[in-house]
Amino acid sequence: MRATVWMDKTHVEVQDVPDPQILNARDAIVKISSTAICGSDLHLYNGFIPTMRKGDILGHEFMGEVVEIGSAVTTLKVGDRVVVPFPIACGGCGACERGLTSVCENSNPNATMAEKVMGHATAGIFGYSHMLGGFPGGQAEYARVPFADVGPFKVADDIPDEQVLFLSDILPTGYMGAEMCDLTPGDVVAVWGAGPVGQFAIASARLLGADRVIAIDRFPYRLRMARDGAGATDVINYEDVPVLEALDDLTAGRGPDACIDAAGLESHIDVGPLQAYDRAKQLVMAETDRPHALREAIMACANGGVVSVIGVYGGFVDKFPMGAFMNRSLRMRSGQCHVHRYMEPLMERIRSGELDPSFVITHRMSLEDAPRGYQMFRDKEDNCEKVVLSP
Amino acid sequence: MGNDDRTRRLVNGLGLFSLGLGVAQLAAPGAMNRLIGAKDDTRTRAVQRWLGGAREVVAGTGIESGRSPAVWLWTRVAGDIVDLGMLGTVLGRSGRRAKTRGRTAVATAAVAGVTAADLLAALRLSRDDTDAGYLGNGRRGIEAKGAVTVNRPVGEVFAYWRDLENLPRFMTHVQSVRHRGDGRWRWRANGPAGMDVEWDADITEERTDEFIAWQSVGEASVANSGRVEFRPAPRGRGTEVRVRLTYDPPVGKLGAAVAKLFGAAPDQQVRDELRRFKQVLETGEVVRSEGTPEGAKSRRTVAQRPAQPAPA
Repeated sequence: MRATVWMDKTHVEVQDVPDPQILNARDAIVKISSTAICGSDLHLYNGFIPTMRKGDILGHEFMGEVVEIGSAVTTLKVGDRVVVPFPIACGGCGACERGLTSVCENSNPNATMAEKVMGHATAGIFGYSHMLGGFPGGQAEYARVPFADVGPFKVADDIPDEQVLFLSDILPTGYMGAEMCDLTPGDVVAVWGAGPVGQFAIASARLLGADRVIAIDRFPYRLRMARDGAGATDVINYEDVPVLEALDDLTAGRGPDACIDAAGLESHIDVGPLQAYDRAKQLVMAETDRPHALREAIMACANGGVVSVIGVYGGFVDKFPMGAFMNRSLRMRSGQCHVHRYMEPLMERIRSGELDPSFVITHRMSLEDAPRGYQMFRDKEDNCEKVVLSP
Repeated sequence: MGNDDRTRRLVNGLGLFSLGLGVAQLAAPGAMNRLIGAKDDTRTRAVQRWLGGAREVVAGTGIESGRSPAVWLWTRVAGDIVDLGMLGTVLGRSGRRAKTRGRTAVATAAVAGVTAADLLAALRLSRDDTDAGYLGNGRRGIEAKGAVTVNRPVGEVFAYWRDLENLPRFMTHVQSVRHRGDGRWRWRANGPAGMDVEWDADITEERTDEFIAWQSVGEASVANSGRVEFRPAPRGRGTEVRVRLTYDPPVGKLGAAVAKLFGAAPDQQVRDELRRFKQVLETGEVVRSEGTPEGAKSRRTVAQRPAQPAPA
């Protein structure tokens, strides 16, 4: 089959690789109809996530048709149309029982590696490094899906791929970011990063009753989409105005009640020397992650407010404003999205017309063009917001 | 454990001695010069401070860090020889002054004593410089332990383990465990260098839903024993499982190969096995990825296959 393969930093290729085979009784093989490049794939592309190997198949947002099932899979049949959640979850461990599927205790066979970096291991993730399992991803023609009786979510035939594909990751991720803010009517929410996850965090914050949602980015086309597509009430281009002042202005000095970091470890800042400082530390590996958005979110947040972190971090950050965090009674919530528990309720919102996630798609390409898709998305070329690939 | 403990205590003592002496030489080189009866001037103080003190502090820190203490002990032995040489020079130059001569002689005797202790400790550590420690009666052995929480009731977890024939499902190096019918179990495992090893084992002690202990019997090529304990986890989170295994390989080639098989991290292997045990009980299977096709195995962490399907 054809698959998008990580070769080296900023080098991906579409290659011929062997077809997947059933390895366990609870596996299924899915023939992929649509797959997408995620903002977090760019962290792999740019070489910020450790334990990638030449030849790894990328991609963790995919959907398609079940073409083969293992002997223990009773909930699916060949021909079912499914969206696959990006975290692999067994459904039987303590974490899965509590709905925390992204920290499934069984799905990562390389848990030892993850423990070394993070203390305890997390779930395996499709196409996302060996530390997170060494599972091939879904930017390919086919994928093996472990625990197929737990993950894949069946969708009806009458709804197009583009409306349901993002149930695999970015829509629930954005939604969980907003949900963790424990919003009450009248709340003001600020969202750092108007990439696809940021867009869905904004839309979800509106759905969950936020009065005012402020989008922060530096690309006018993303801020336009945040306002027109996701429903942000205000936008801040941090290259034009100082963010903290603008937020204080919008909230009469209180600061936003909730701040969502949808930027993550490669965030950018308009203050040249600070950006240079963190880039230099990343280069010499004294710091793996560049937490500008997170630092700013903490400084901006209203006393007693919530900082919700859904942007991806891989290792360690530096100059963390712990004093502000502690003294001002802030709370922090975070996590890789527990996708499984959000698929059904979000599907209902899509069905009812409350939500049409396809507004973030700017580029549709063939799987063969994946390398160009990565480069365009990374460089924000041609106002690129979201690339969907068809095998 | 006596022998092992004594070595450890000796090494620790020498490390602390190094640190103490080094700090004294660094901080008060003049006083140290007078103590050993050497001439006290800027040159001899510099020798005290940098050739002596700094070296002792480095060696002491190295020994106390616990990382390759044998290597640091050998640097101490080398340093002792330098010291003895210098004291010899001082002794030769001290001429008629009986008082300083006496001090130097005492210092020389002290250094000679320390040299003997350093040499003894260095030799002992170098001889057992594997991860194997001493078992009782001085035989080398490997101890490994680990713990895991399994989200199943204690009765089920106990019963699964108690049927020892299940063990190969999660212990990768064990090929089979077969009940012989007389209360005795026949184990067959992958040995070093492609050899198979077999032995019989008895369950020596057990209490339902609490613990099982077993021990190899007769002429096992690798004498071994194990104990696993079960305890309900708080708040209905299943069962806490704690395992301790002991392997007592024979001296000689096979023993060395077994020690090597267990590598630098026997605990890690037990944890891998417990991880698979948990997977089998909670999910019914050992989780595999294309990068780690045989399931949790820490040795794979250095030799991952790429995350793509294997050729058919």
